[in-house]
Parts: sequence; structure tokens; C-alpha cells
Amino acid sequence: MATLLSVKDMNVYYGVIHAVKGVSFDVEEGEIVTLIGANGAGKSTILKTISGMLRSKTGSIAFDGKDISNIEPYKLLGMGIAHVPEGRCIFQRLTVEENLEMGGYISKPAEVAAAIENVYNLFPRLKERRRQIAGTLSGGEQQMLAIGRAMMTKPRLIMMDEPSMGLAPILVQQIFQFIKELNASGTTILLVEQNAHMALRIANRGYVLETGRIVLEGKASELLTNESVKKAYLGG
Amino acid sequence: MTFLYQILNGIQIGAIYALVALGYSMVYGIVKLINFAHGDIIMLGSYAVWYFMTRLNMPWWLATIATIIFCSIVGIIIEKLAYKPLRNSARISLLITAIGVSLFLQNTVQLIFTANPKMFVTFIPSGGFSIGNRSISYTTLITIAISAAIMVALTLLVSKTKIGKAMRAVSEDNRTAQLMGINVDNTISFTFALGSGLAAVAAVLYVCSYSQIAPTMGSMLGLKAFVAAVLGGIGSIPGAMLGGLLIGVAESLTKGYISSQLADAVLFGILIIVLLVKPTGFFGRGDREKV
Ligand SMILES: Nc1ncnc2c1ncn2[C@@H]1O[C@H](COP(=O)(O)OP(=O)(O)OP(=O)(O)O)[C@@H](O)[C@H]1O
Ligand SMILES: [Mg+2]
Repeated sequence: MATLLSVKDMNVYYGVIHAVKGVSFDVEEGEIVTLIGANGAGKSTILKTISGMLRSKTGSIAFDGKDISNIEPYKLLGMGIAHVPEGRCIFQRLTVEENLEMGGYISKPAEVAAAIENVYNLFPRLKERRRQIAGTLSGGEQQMLAIGRAMMTKPRLIMMDEPSMGLAPILVQQIFQFIKELNASGTTILLVEQNAHMALRIANRGYVLETGRIVLEGKASELLTNESVKKAYLGG
Repeated sequence: MTFLYQILNGIQIGAIYALVALGYSMVYGIVKLINFAHGDIIMLGSYAVWYFMTRLNMPWWLATIATIIFCSIVGIIIEKLAYKPLRNSARISLLITAIGVSLFLQNTVQLIFTANPKMFVTFIPSGGFSIGNRSISYTTLITIAISAAIMVALTLLVSKTKIGKAMRAVSEDNRTAQLMGINVDNTISFTFALGSGLAAVAAVLYVCSYSQIAPTMGSMLGLKAFVAAVLGGIGSIPGAMLGGLLIGVAESLTKGYISSQLADAVLFGILIIVLLVKPTGFFGRGDREKV
């Protein structure tokens, strides 16, 4: 398997706060890789740095062999990387369909129409609500919309920041099931989660972050049974 | 009949306020800046159309197009030079910069053309239709018709086109908009160009009715349009349109039935009442931040 995303020696600061401390990890094509860790561990910061919204002081970020350390955020999707930000960040005042159109902003109009149909097939609930203002959707529907929007350009890598946040357990199950299917259809996934148990169950590999540092890494199945991971993140 | 006449006059000047208010509102929506230099774009547009017609002998339609292009470019340049470097600074720095830009434009024009007003000879034929014992001028009708057409076109642009949707996405959440592949800088430039282009049209319509051009003319016009934008709910496009028309009609009725001197007092009275009673205006959203 080829390495799709390679992060080397990432160091990110917010002023004097050293939020990410020398983090390195890889994502292979076709994998689901999860970054887990407690609040404030630096998970979102890592994704934002890959997106170009923040800069690493050192090291490099490469996607498909190309250096993207200094990429401008708006060029990310064109490279083949979609980022579903924390808190979903759908456009509340746009309709469901307009949100999807924004997801396909860089595509040709004909491709957009087909991609929207594709999302509607996967999430029929969104189709029923296509003209609804997105801010009035339920939390679960908003998450579907955020994921559907990220799929509009068929990116090679989708980075998701806590897709389970604020959702009822049954919906969390559905969203994770969906992420698994999305991966099975060929999309590589970088999944950031506090819900370590669910994330590790669908992931191939995982990295455990503590206060900006990777403290443990390995196969997801091994992390699930690892004693210190169990204690810290799996409630036992 | 007099009443109808006053209303039509009010709609005429109100349509001009509305065109200008749209610029305030769109720019506020996208960069959260009250662009106090926006009124001065009307002044620049007025000088531009006058210069193009009287000095360069352009026909009126070419002069109008050139004025729109000129103002749009000035709008883009102002954003790039003055506001963009401050995009992540405190709101107050932006506000002060906007006032600085306004003074800069006024003084530059004064330096070039002196403070003495210029006279603009309208290119719209005089005369009009008579209703009862009053006559409605062609200027009034054309101003209203053109403004209405522009507002319809703008509404369609913002609601239906790709760039319009991108504008709305950027004004709601520019970080997420970037992740969609939207070039935020270009979208902001486009918004400034659009707002300034509307101000240019307002300028041409204004000088056709009022004929006097002076370096400070943009201040009062801009201020009234700003009141209109606040009244309608700043950031809201239909709000700016409605606010402009209401301010125009209120002004015209005050002048017609109470006193010309009181007209401005009434407008700012309206502003104060709106700010006290419903600070978000008619169509405003509750999420406004303090400026
Ligand atoms: N804009 C900011 N300014 C200053 N510090 C910040 C900023 N954003 C994040 N931080 C700090 O950086 C650290 C990492 O934050 P980050 O958001 O990456 O954590 P996270 O792992 O995503 O947490 P969560 O699970 O709560 O989302 C935290 O200590 C946080 O307080
Ligand atoms: Mg986070």
C-alpha cells in the first residue's frame, strides 16, 4: 500500500501555547486511521494544520508524495483532501442543497448534479429536506449533510473531526457504519475522535494523543485491548 | 395627488439610498466592517461620470459604464490596500481605517478638482407625465425603474448563481468556505466591486437629479444609506432595499408636510429609535456583534 498522507515532526503553537509537539504519523491509501485523545490533546489542531489553516513550525506534510506544508486552505480540496471540521460547520443559513453545491464548488456543474444525486441516494433524509434551511436540521441530519458535502468531489482522503459529537448513541452507530462503508468504497479516512471505543472498532490503526504528543500507536485491534488505553479512554 | 407625488419622490431618492445601502450591507455581511468610505464612492462616481462626459466627451452610456468599472476597481483596491491587511485585527482598527480612507478620498478629490462644486447637466430628457396638477419627471421614473431592475438582478445573483452562493457561504463562515475550495479573497474582492458598482449607478442617478458635485457630497448620502442599512437589518439584502425606500419616503414626506429643515433630524431620530427598539433592524439576525 502507498502512503497517502505523511506528517513529519509537526509542531504547532498558539502564541506561547505549544499545542502539537513533534507529531509524526502516516495514513496509507485505503485505511481508516484514527487519532484519539482527551479534550485539548491537539487533535483538531493537527487537522487544521494539515488543512493549511494553521502552520507547523517544523517538519513537513506530504499528500500523495507532494509537499503540502504551505498549502492555502482553499486549494486543499482540489488536491483531493476534504476536511469535515469539528462541530460540523454546515452553512446554517443555506439550504441543504446549497450546502451540497458548496461542497461541489470546484467541480463542473454536470458533475455537481450527479454528485448531489449520489448523496441523496446515500442519505434519503437529505433529499426530503433539500429545500430546508440547513440550520433547522437535527444534529444527526446536519452530520449527514456535513459528510455528504465532503463527498461531493469524491476526495481521496476525508478528514473528520469528531463526527459523533453531540449525537444520540443510535445515530453514532449509524454514522460510524456509514464511515466504514465510505471507506470500503475506496475513500481513505483520517478520523479524529473522543469516542475512542467506536473509532477503534472501525479503524485499521490508531494514534493516541496526550497533551500534544503521540504516546501510543498501533493496530486498532491492539489498542482496543491495550490496558492503558482501556483505563484512560475506554472507561475500564 | 400631492401625497402620491411626495411618495414617488421619496421612492426615487429612496431607491438611490437603497443602492448605496446594499453596498454597506453586503460588505458588512462578508467582512463585518462598516465601510465608512462607501459614501465617498458615490462622490467618486459623480466626479467620474462628470469627468468622462464633460472632459472626455464620452456619450452618457459609455460614461456610465466607465464609471461603474472605475468605482468597482477603486472598491477592490481600497479593500486590498486598506482593509485586507487588517482582516485579523481588532474591529476598531478597521473602523478607524475606513474613516481614514473616507477622508483620504475626499481630500484627494478636493486637491484635484478644488472644493468648488461642479455642475452636472443631466442627460435624461426633461419633462414627464402629469398626474393631476403635478408632473412626474422622467428622471424619477427612470431612477425607480433602473433601481428596481438592479435589485431584482442582485437578488437573483445572490440567491441563484455560484458566486452569489459563495458570497453567502463566505459571509456565514469563511473558514469552512475555504475548505469547500472557495477563494475567500476573490469572493471578498467581488463583493467590494459589486457594492462599489451599485454605488456608481446610484451616483449617476443622483447627479442626474441633483446636478451638484462636491468632494464632501458622499458623507451625508452615505450616512443616510447607512441608516437605511441599519433600519433594514445590516447584512440583509432585502433589508437594505426596504430600509432605503423607507428612509427616502420618510424624508420626502417630512420635507413635504412638516419642514425641509427637519428632514435630517427625522432620519436620525428614526435611527435612534430603531437602535433602541430593534437594534437588528427589520431583517437583521440576532448574531450581530458590536461595532
Ligand atoms: N485558537 C486557540 N488559541 C489558543 N489556544 C488554542 C486555540 N485552539 C486550541 N487551543 C489550545 O490548543 C490545545 C489543543 O486544542 P485542540 O482543539 O487541538 O484539542 P482537541 O484535541 O481537538 O480537543 P477536543 O477534543 O476538545 O476538540 C488546547 O490546549 C487548546 O486549549
Ligand atoms: Mg477538537
